[in-house]
Amino acid sequence: MDIATSDFLGFLNLSWQAVVMLLIAGILIWLGITHKVEPVLLIPIGVGCMLANIPLGGTTESGGFLAVLRDAGIHTEIFPLLIFIGIGAMIDFEPFLQRPYTIFLGAAAQFGIFGTFFLAYWLGAGGLNLLDFSLNDAAAIGIIGSADGPTSIYVASVLQSKYAAAIVVAAYSYMAMVPIIQPPIIKAMCSHEERALKMPVVAGAISQRLKILFPIITILVVGLIVPKATPLIGCLMFGNLLRESGVVTRLSEAAQNEMANIVTILLGVTVGGMMVGIEFLRPETILVFVLGIVAFSLDTVAGVLLGKSMYVLSRKRVNPMIGACGISAFPMSSRVVQKLGLEANPYNHLLMHAAGANVAGQIASVVAGGAMLMLVPMFS
Amino acid sequence: MAQERIEVPLTGKVISVSVKAGDSVKEGDTLCILESMKMENPVMTPVSGTVTEIAVTEGQVVKTGDLIATIEY
Repeated sequence: MDIATSDFLGFLNLSWQAVVMLLIAGILIWLGITHKVEPVLLIPIGVGCMLANIPLGGTTESGGFLAVLRDAGIHTEIFPLLIFIGIGAMIDFEPFLQRPYTIFLGAAAQFGIFGTFFLAYWLGAGGLNLLDFSLNDAAAIGIIGSADGPTSIYVASVLQSKYAAAIVVAAYSYMAMVPIIQPPIIKAMCSHEERALKMPVVAGAISQRLKILFPIITILVVGLIVPKATPLIGCLMFGNLLRESGVVTRLSEAAQNEMANIVTILLGVTVGGMMVGIEFLRPETILVFVLGIVAFSLDTVAGVLLGKSMYVLSRKRVNPMIGACGISAFPMSSRVVQKLGLEANPYNHLLMHAAGANVAGQIASVVAGGAMLMLVPMFS
Repeated sequence: MAQERIEVPLTGKVISVSVKAGDSVKEGDTLCILESMKMENPVMTPVSGTVTEIAVTEGQVVKTGDLIATIEY
């Protein structure tokens, strides 16, 4: 038999792209373990990335286990939908139901999705042709502004964007970086007096009947208006109904824990497996990350601008900072606003108000994702 | 004497209580610390006076609007 050693020794087949990706995998794992940056996701993503870039490993080739997971869980959109059932079971929508007006803040903070979409499309096929961004790619990049991992994966998969892996990593990375991205923008836009404004405590619990009806009504209303959002909103609200019904505690707990954990492992390692050097290391990938931060910043600016309008219209009863929580990075964004509120006024607890806008943003981002899926095919 | 009712500003869990009935407090002193969304949030007294009632205990889950303490000043 005449077999060259390069046919079976991986290190003889290492390309520079594979070496860079192995380093990136190491950085992701290091960030997760040492700095606790989204460790639940970054560790599986880092390991998936490592496995995918080992030459001759075969994990991403047809029949390889990462390829099988990608086909079964990402291309079918099953993983993000299952994660959404778990998220729905974890979320208490009471802060939103006590402050229904926060849905407008959630809607405003989706501006980053559409602003970034137009920017990416203009840089690509829709204008300058500087980058390889098709209409579908631009829409998928814009969805980073949903500040929601599963929505980003879902939309990027449905639109079959070639940048799906970069989009998902950018979405999760920037969600972890919300405490760094948002404060300077909020401080630049809100005066000390505005930041120090106390909001009235909303006392009294929402009735259990309303909490049960809420997910059902939301599915019907969102589904009938934006049908493309039905899978996302359906799974999110199904999980929430399990939680609020009070009669299937076992299922609710399984959705929040066992199912969410198992799918997170599979999703993370699969997304990491999509980061194959030769496809990932392109100038466009760097631009995806740049546009991602643009999306998060535009979301924050738009949310705070509406918050400032509410501050004026309500005669100083709404703290404009809670507008920044309209992005659905829950609860990171709420924590940012609580911290800034206490900094400006040690008696100023904005957490529950911020959480209202934050969970409203969760719903709004799903609707925006569905709207994007509805609109893009019309112009393709 | 006037009384100030300090209410729970956010839903969460009381992780520590720093005062007891009969204690004198100064404006800005911490009454208790509430944990919510994995954040520790100090609740401070807005007035100086004497604590006449403490309505929360360590480990208790509280909702917005529940009474934390009454302070006479």
